[in-house]
Amino acid sequence: MSTASEPKTLSHLKQLEAESIFIIREVAAEFKNPVMLYSVGKDSSVMVRLAQKAFHPGKIPFPLMHVDTSYKFPEMYEFRDKFIQDIGAKLIVERNEEAIAGGASPFKFGVQKCCGLLKTQGLLDALTKHGFDAAFGGARREEEKSRAKERVYSFRDSFGQWDPKNQRPELWDLYNSRVNEGESIRVFPLSNWTELDIWLYIEMEKIPVVPIYFTHTRKIIKRKSLLIPWVSHIPVLPGDEVREMKVRFRSLGCMSCTGAIESTTEVHDLRGIIEDLILTRKSERENRIIDHGSDSSMEQKKKEGYF
Amino acid sequence: MSLNAKTLLNYEKMDLLRFSTAGSVDDGKSTLIGRLLYDSKGVFEDQLEAIRRTTEKKGGEDIDFALITDGLAAEREQGITIDVAYRYFATSKRKFIIGDTPGHEQYTRNMVTGASTADLAIILIDARNGVLIQSKRHGYIARLLGIPHILVAVNKMDLVDFKQDVYEKIKNEYAAFFRKLSGETPGKSPELTFIPISALKGDNVTVKSKATPWYGGKSLLDHLETVQISKDRNMEDFRFPVQLVLRPNLDYRGFSGKVASGRARKGKQIVILPSGNTAKIKSIDTFDQGDLEDAFPPMCVTLRLSEEVDISRGDMLAYPDNQPRCDKNFSAHLCWMVKEPLALKKKYVLKLATGEVKAVVDSISWVRDMKTLEKNSASQLDLNDIGLVSLQTLKPICFDPYARNRVTGSFILIDELNNNTVAAGMIVE
Repeated sequence: MSTASEPKTLSHLKQLEAESIFIIREVAAEFKNPVMLYSVGKDSSVMVRLAQKAFHPGKIPFPLMHVDTSYKFPEMYEFRDKFIQDIGAKLIVERNEEAIAGGASPFKFGVQKCCGLLKTQGLLDALTKHGFDAAFGGARREEEKSRAKERVYSFRDSFGQWDPKNQRPELWDLYNSRVNEGESIRVFPLSNWTELDIWLYIEMEKIPVVPIYFTHTRKIIKRKSLLIPWVSHIPVLPGDEVREMKVRFRSLGCMSCTGAIESTTEVHDLRGIIEDLILTRKSERENRIIDHGSDSSMEQKKKEGYF
Repeated sequence: MSLNAKTLLNYEKMDLLRFSTAGSVDDGKSTLIGRLLYDSKGVFEDQLEAIRRTTEKKGGEDIDFALITDGLAAEREQGITIDVAYRYFATSKRKFIIGDTPGHEQYTRNMVTGASTADLAIILIDARNGVLIQSKRHGYIARLLGIPHILVAVNKMDLVDFKQDVYEKIKNEYAAFFRKLSGETPGKSPELTFIPISALKGDNVTVKSKATPWYGGKSLLDHLETVQISKDRNMEDFRFPVQLVLRPNLDYRGFSGKVASGRARKGKQIVILPSGNTAKIKSIDTFDQGDLEDAFPPMCVTLRLSEEVDISRGDMLAYPDNQPRCDKNFSAHLCWMVKEPLALKKKYVLKLATGEVKAVVDSISWVRDMKTLEKNSASQLDLNDIGLVSLQTLKPICFDPYARNRVTGSFILIDELNNNTVAAGMIVE
């Protein structure tokens, strides 16, 4: 017993990792039909790695699902297909085909409605279609104010809606997985991670990410302070300036609704991203056009069923 | 020390501190958190901009630090805080997770939730008002939840001209209260630290203040960065609640879980509870390092055993000479968390570690009046009540006293009719 009291500690990243693995295993043990939402971004890359760790040496025992809008960056589709093949996971791709065929776009319907149809409705339909009772998402509480109050296990009614005033209390690491038919739980194993933790972990674990997080040259529509990646379906407005620029992206979404950041210093490795992140005082969602509605737009979307 | 690229090269050595804060609207809690986040870059410019816009809409002028910590539209409109919010910041030494709980409404439920995983609790006392019942209530809950470190921040010192005697009086009174409390609550007494601060002006928050030359201790942030937490974990009693049986192929059968306490050591004989079967730990597997010699909390590993034994989720592994108690009857502190009161003899689902069992509450010994902290006899538990109860489970479960083990001594009760989590429990004996 002489060595038993000798203190041993884990670094903060290893503690976060352990917490996430515990949550992922808990879901695999307690739900009938879980799915892991895979959005191709950096957080998804980390979440998938944690799932690999949780079930090693076995494979991830549930499918990944990408709710696609058809408007993602070509680099994201390319990365997704290679990444999934490399790790040997099962991927489901779902899209709201009806809305896409109907020409849903942020220019035709406005950003809120387009997101509502392609992302929120697309997700809800996909969850219903496959009968998933738990869906992992890579959201972090630090990302946005309304997320700061969301549980790790976030209960959704049969319409997929979140009721912030009526959340189940969540204590220690005792998660309540009970749901009735049709209801579900969104599970956020990365709740306690920050953007910095994500990048440090990607560096430590050498996890592959979509290359457009790094500096590259691309055609950009400059609209006031926004840098919108040029693509043929995005209308150029009077006053816009179209030019080649050195840019990178801090978070990834649909091309029409994801702002780039100008790369004044070239960032070609993870260390560069990490150093920039420590120096910067802008939050990662600021370049997401979709959040510019009002101070509470994310909360509204979440109530309706968005992640 | 604030975070910069150079100091961060050290990130593999950074550890993690979880702390809870509790307080009411007026005691400066939001200002303190806002300041910690702002000074450590835990809040960003564009988030501040959104807050500025909100402040202007409401007709305010200066930035209100409280808005940094108020999350939901509903509560911003009403100017109240309705739930536990989690905040994050980091320095070059540590990453911090704050469980921020409002003090005025549903305080018991929220504070118990925010405090359940905390290593440290910050209790704010307004220097002008002295020790009020609410500060004692926060202390009581922190003590009950077994938080190992308590930091009493005597705030608004600027409004009492940084007078030492004001601070000393509060310190002595609160320390005396805590001694009395510790005498009647099971478990080890926490480390109690007092710091005189002004959250608004910044005195003794991130740097030592010149206004309190009589104060010899650390600044609040310095204390958060250096308080020793590595010895808080139970490293003596090996407990491994089995979470998942991994059988990826015919040759591999492993038992996944988190080391709740103590250390798993390769080659050691273990006992499987409740069956009482024994086996040896053949290997400790992880994705990274392969086979480890030992594992400690909170590592998540997969154990393979030398014998083919029947093990399923909810079983607990321990060493034969140091086992948890396995029983159907025990007493526990219960915090009731929903409007519908506790029904004696009603079957609830009790979840402890990875196990679930049906349980009934047989009797209530006392309920603590959270307004006065007096113990009263009672026939029911209502929302936000804390009481001592006797429970009976339908099958034996394995557990330790909460005072000895926060993982194997804690449980929740779930109402099967509506699936809600109705209570948090801490086993006494």
